[in-house]
Amino acid sequence: MLLSIRSLTKEFPGTKALDSVDFDLRAGEIHALLGENGAGKSTLIKCLTGAYQRDAGTVTLEGREIAPRSTVEAQDLGIGTVYQEVNLLPNLTVAQNLLFGHEPRRMGLIDSRAMRLRARAMLAEYGLDLNVDRDLATCSVAIQQIIAIARAVSLSGKVLILDEPTASLDAREIEMVFGVVRNLRDRGLGIVFVSHFLDQVFDLTDRLTVLRNGRHIVTEETATLDRVRLIEHMLGRSLQDEVLHSRPPDRGPRPELLRFTGFGRKGRIEPFDLDIGAGEVVGLAGLLGSGRTESAEAIFGLQPAQTGEARDRSGVLDLSSPRKAIAAGFGFAPEDRKTDGIVADLSIRENIILALQARRGWARPIARAEQARIAVDYIRRLDIRTSGPEKRIGELSGGNQQKVVLARWLAMNPRFLILDEPTRGIDVGAHAEILHLIHQLVEQGMSLLVISSELDELMAVSNRIIVLRDRRHIAALAGDEVSGPTIMRAIAGVDAPVEKGAVEKGCVEDAPVEAAPVGTAPVEDAPVKDMPVEDVPVEKGGE
Amino acid sequence: MMPQVLTRLAPQLIALVVLMGLVTLFYPGFLSISYSDGRLVGPMIDVLKRSAPVALLAIGMTLVIATRGIDLSVGAIVAICGAVAAYMIASGYGLPLALALALVAGLAAGLWNGVLVAVIGVQPFVATLILMTMGRGIAQLITEGRILTFTDPAFAFIGSGTALGLPVPVWIWLGAAVLAVALLRRTALGMLIEAVGINRKASAVAGVNATVLLVAVYMAMGLCAALAGLIITADIRGADANNAGLWLELDAILAVVIGGNSLLGGRFSIAAAVIGALIIQTITIGIRLAGFPSEYNLVIKAVLVLVILVLQSPRIASEYAFWRQEARRKREAQLKGAGR
Repeated sequence: MLLSIRSLTKEFPGTKALDSVDFDLRAGEIHALLGENGAGKSTLIKCLTGAYQRDAGTVTLEGREIAPRSTVEAQDLGIGTVYQEVNLLPNLTVAQNLLFGHEPRRMGLIDSRAMRLRARAMLAEYGLDLNVDRDLATCSVAIQQIIAIARAVSLSGKVLILDEPTASLDAREIEMVFGVVRNLRDRGLGIVFVSHFLDQVFDLTDRLTVLRNGRHIVTEETATLDRVRLIEHMLGRSLQDEVLHSRPPDRGPRPELLRFTGFGRKGRIEPFDLDIGAGEVVGLAGLLGSGRTESAEAIFGLQPAQTGEARDRSGVLDLSSPRKAIAAGFGFAPEDRKTDGIVADLSIRENIILALQARRGWARPIARAEQARIAVDYIRRLDIRTSGPEKRIGELSGGNQQKVVLARWLAMNPRFLILDEPTRGIDVGAHAEILHLIHQLVEQGMSLLVISSELDELMAVSNRIIVLRDRRHIAALAGDEVSGPTIMRAIAGVDAPVEKGAVEKGCVEDAPVEAAPVGTAPVEDAPVKDMPVEDVPVEKGGE
Repeated sequence: MMPQVLTRLAPQLIALVVLMGLVTLFYPGFLSISYSDGRLVGPMIDVLKRSAPVALLAIGMTLVIATRGIDLSVGAIVAICGAVAAYMIASGYGLPLALALALVAGLAAGLWNGVLVAVIGVQPFVATLILMTMGRGIAQLITEGRILTFTDPAFAFIGSGTALGLPVPVWIWLGAAVLAVALLRRTALGMLIEAVGINRKASAVAGVNATVLLVAVYMAMGLCAALAGLIITADIRGADANNAGLWLELDAILAVVIGGNSLLGGRFSIAAAVIGALIIQTITIGIRLAGFPSEYNLVIKAVLVLVILVLQSPRIASEYAFWRQEARRKREAQLKGAGR
């Protein structure tokens, strides 16, 4: 084993980014590292490259335990990294970039002739013959990416980490970079490949490891894992809480509260139609980048819709900014709590009353005693664990921060609340409490739009589930149609309605070549015809 | 409530008192105040009066810095507003119109900065650098490159008059500070500004109108600069477009920082920043009174500021807390040893 990670744990205030993760990398393999946002991929990589120091666990490279404290130290140990955004200096020449910091010297001065020769030799190994005196910026992104790889390999030479290296490349360029990567594998390097593009994972990698919520979920040979199973691993069916296995009671058709027609924004979400009933919970399912958050941000006016309209019973709604959306009785607890949710240096009290105060306007302050009353009330009702309302919210755990953000909106008494990944990165106890809270809110007649990567969670709270893929709302499932397998087939692009037909258990086709149709194995508990897919799920950028 | 405010202001107050003590060592008459001709006279009164421009600027600068911004153009705005007022007076428009137009000029300058920062999204440093460069030019155009002098006793009163025993500039900056604190802390403005400064995106999601708030903060800064410009111009009875308010933006930023306000935005204290302005002025006047040759002034000033800032830094504070804890532990260990 080239690289071996055991029980790797990394904690940040409020969250456990990695929880006792194991990971093995063989020499001469390409190993994919997969997971949704917040799964722990980048934390794992940063622990390997010395950007973070682990809190517990061991990392052994060729049998020797290592603990790099900087990227330079990691490089010297043999671990090199290439990032999505090329990490080179565009205004220097190719040769300067390749040998930056390691220039050949003669009498203390840089020997540019030797440097040019060395650079040319390095690139020749990758089948590249180009003028090394060119400015890097004049090279195509693919060439730049290969130069970055060449540099990383020459500096480290044992382990190569590729973090979303293909995100800004076209198909031909990807093939070119992949050729280089395969070549390096054959030379005996261990390669970690991080990507959201499942096609590329199946095309390139030998094994894959899935992380979710900071935990190791599975490591398998890529060739023996089928696509639906992989998505199941990524989206998770993990929590063994009672709440998670119930379905919300079906209370029949509800009076309509909101209707969105042709609602969309170019480059973010294709126009969609969506009805929300009073007291209804609509769930949005899909992979990272499928348009879930983009739909929510359009509805809440953060990235206002350019087409279509939103109506309630009294007429057309103006949702061109968060303030307007709030005036329409909306609330939004965003996915990224730290950057979009909490105001870290303010107290819990101030965070709770922030939206309320913003709506009243600055000139009508909420009396201090009233603020304290509201804060204490919600701290008690939502069981927020804190020493008091004046504590800085940044010092709370993730679950408690999320409860404060929820309290902020509940204090507004909205009629429609959007929850984007309400339980991401919070511990199991708080998780169940937040799901209970959602049930309570619905009992009180509030309508909710819930986005979650945890399918069990989504099924447990949603009356109806909209499935998204490629920035489109592609399916709506309600009542008996809602089940794990149907949702996952819809996400994977296998036609959702179950057709009767031959069931070939365990049949898996070879990993597909680029953009070729993918054969999909049947899912155990819901037989489905093995059928080709013309529209495979492709991830585009982050959410 | 009150003890909290005192804890917040303690480092600045201690620094000010220690400085005053130091100056008194070299110049025993520093703290003496006498009453003659219906006004208070003494070096400390001078400090209070000379602090006016920087104290006024520090009020606005505290708010700008609380929003994670900075305003480098305030010195230039001082020059513009002084020039506008002097031009109006010299052209015979009368004092009320002259004052009003100078204040409007300050607000307009702030609006310009605010729009660049909040609406167009230029980094505050760069956005205000534009007006810093351009503003002095505008002032020179208004004064046509000359020092525009005037003889209007009513206007001069703003800079060098006395009311109720104290120089008028002292009343102006005291009044502005009290007004600002009341406006910010008796309404929700202060909290909303802090929220935007700490996390603009999250504040916007919560419905805070961050854009309008930011523009308003830069306009308040412009207004403070206009007041400072009026005082400076009235004091010398002339508008000097080249020198009025020159480098004052740096003193204002320094006052805010001495006041313990983080340049990364968020929680702010206007009172602490104003005390910071007093500290700077005490150093400036104190060095002169203490009899150091004038060429030492800037170096001594810089060293004193450095000492104050280092003593305030969180690292020193935590070291001090650690050291005290260790000392206590040692004492307890000794007591235990003695007990056995």
